[in-house]
Amino acid sequence: MRVLGKKLPVLETTAAWLLAALWIAPLAYAFWAAFHPAAMATHFDLLAPLTLDNFRKAWTYAPFPRHFLNTLILVTMVLAAQLVLCTLAGFAFARFDFAGRNIAFGLVLVQLMVMPEVLIVENYLTMAKLGLVDTILGIGLPYMASAFGIFLMRQTFKTIPRELEEAARVEGCSMIGVLWRVYVPLARPTYLAYALVSVSYHWNNFLWPLVITNSVNTRPLTVGLAIFGAPESGVDWAVISAGTLMAVSPLLVAFLLFQRQFMQSFMQAGIK
Amino acid sequence: MKNVYGWLLLTPAAILLVGFTHYPAVATLIDSFFTTGTVVRPSKFAGLANYASLADDPIFWQVLRNNLYFAAATIPTSIAIAMLMAIWVNDRLPARALVRMSYFTPTILPMVAVANLWLFFYTPQIGLLDKVGAMFGAASHNWLGDPSTVMACMAVMTVWKEAGFFMIFYLAALQSLPPELEEAAKVEGASRWYYFRRVTFPLLMPTTLFVLVNATINSFKLVDHLFILTKGGPDNASNLLLYYIYQVAFSFFDTAYASTLTVVLLALLAGMAIIQFQLIEKRVHYR
Repeated sequence: MRVLGKKLPVLETTAAWLLAALWIAPLAYAFWAAFHPAAMATHFDLLAPLTLDNFRKAWTYAPFPRHFLNTLILVTMVLAAQLVLCTLAGFAFARFDFAGRNIAFGLVLVQLMVMPEVLIVENYLTMAKLGLVDTILGIGLPYMASAFGIFLMRQTFKTIPRELEEAARVEGCSMIGVLWRVYVPLARPTYLAYALVSVSYHWNNFLWPLVITNSVNTRPLTVGLAIFGAPESGVDWAVISAGTLMAVSPLLVAFLLFQRQFMQSFMQAGIK
Repeated sequence: MKNVYGWLLLTPAAILLVGFTHYPAVATLIDSFFTTGTVVRPSKFAGLANYASLADDPIFWQVLRNNLYFAAATIPTSIAIAMLMAIWVNDRLPARALVRMSYFTPTILPMVAVANLWLFFYTPQIGLLDKVGAMFGAASHNWLGDPSTVMACMAVMTVWKEAGFFMIFYLAALQSLPPELEEAAKVEGASRWYYFRRVTFPLLMPTTLFVLVNATINSFKLVDHLFILTKGGPDNASNLLLYYIYQVAFSFFDTAYASTLTVVLLALLAGMAIIQFQLIEKRVHYR
């Protein structure tokens, strides 16, 4: 993002700040509620004592450690599989002129529009047949062959000069060797961008994990959070805030540290 | 040899794509022509019966209307705010990084967490909205329990969540505009508003179209918040198509009808895909 730029007029600067304050307010409010005694959640008082009690309670009210572990397993597993599958498929589309390539590519792109969460009914039936209901693998499997990932890898591999590949071939590299030694290292920025998008997506994904899981041992954070935050669970607001912040904090911290990469990756994901 | 290698590399991804995208899409269509099977009564061909009950289902029409309302209420507002945000943070202002961060942060939060945070604003009496209202003497209001306010509540929350995401596309577009344009406008003595209306806004049009289509598609997929805030209620006033599909399939266990509803959703998404594809084509010719 460009550092230079002309100065914003004073009036608009003020408006921009006000909007920023308004935009961060819900989150700031959640922070405030989470770090103060429950009784203070609705009484704004700067001198209210700070406490970590809400976090302690949230941690024990719901099986958060288990949800964290499930989400970690899920995002790692999905990302690892995506990287392998999308690299192979993207390489095929970028460098092999096989029969039916264009049709196959068109069929891949269908998934950009018809994401697995739209097909929850049939995918649930498939998972039931495979015996994968209520497993973490069941949550991740429909997302492993990602059309976006395949598309992204194809575009990236296409920009890599063929001369590099030919040079490696002359040196006696096999097909897979060329992919591993030439294409993959050169595509590192794409992998990073894709990983950010994939991890954020699956950290936050809700509908399909909700449908396919029904026990603590498989539910990811979002599903755990929804059960925990449901009004009928009777947990008070301060504790819900604390739980919500705990669930989003890893991603939030990562975002604060790598803002620029996040924004650029999200943009790439949007544009396709 | 090229054929063998190409398909070999593609096979693992292809199996999963066919298994979880193409097969279920086709199976959905087929199931929509059958009845839901039970242990005692196996599923049998029903022709267009499911579609007939769909046409007679007032909830279906209501969720479709709600979806349209949701799209109409959230998309233009988030686009306008996103454009404003982008124009502001594209220029130099004190604490620019902080401002940009505030705008973008809601984007990385899961919708479930967003709903949790906003639930408290909307809660009657103790919620922030009622507290502020009370300061001005307004009576307490059940914002999420009233069919006339519930959709607006959803819309405000969604705009908050989405505007920052759309901002980054405008930011990228603004940064690709040649700086000479602005200098020329300055020399001519054009006001900032005039410059925006006559230069920036038209030049951002391709981005706006792109965001518009993407936002429309998103609006059909965004249902997570309903699980926390309203469960589609009161009386389906905030129900959306995908959430209704979930209810029919997993609460009422009517797979065939859920498939029929899914066919409608797929048709809508396909229609938007065609529009999007044509836009991309146009954009390519543009350059």
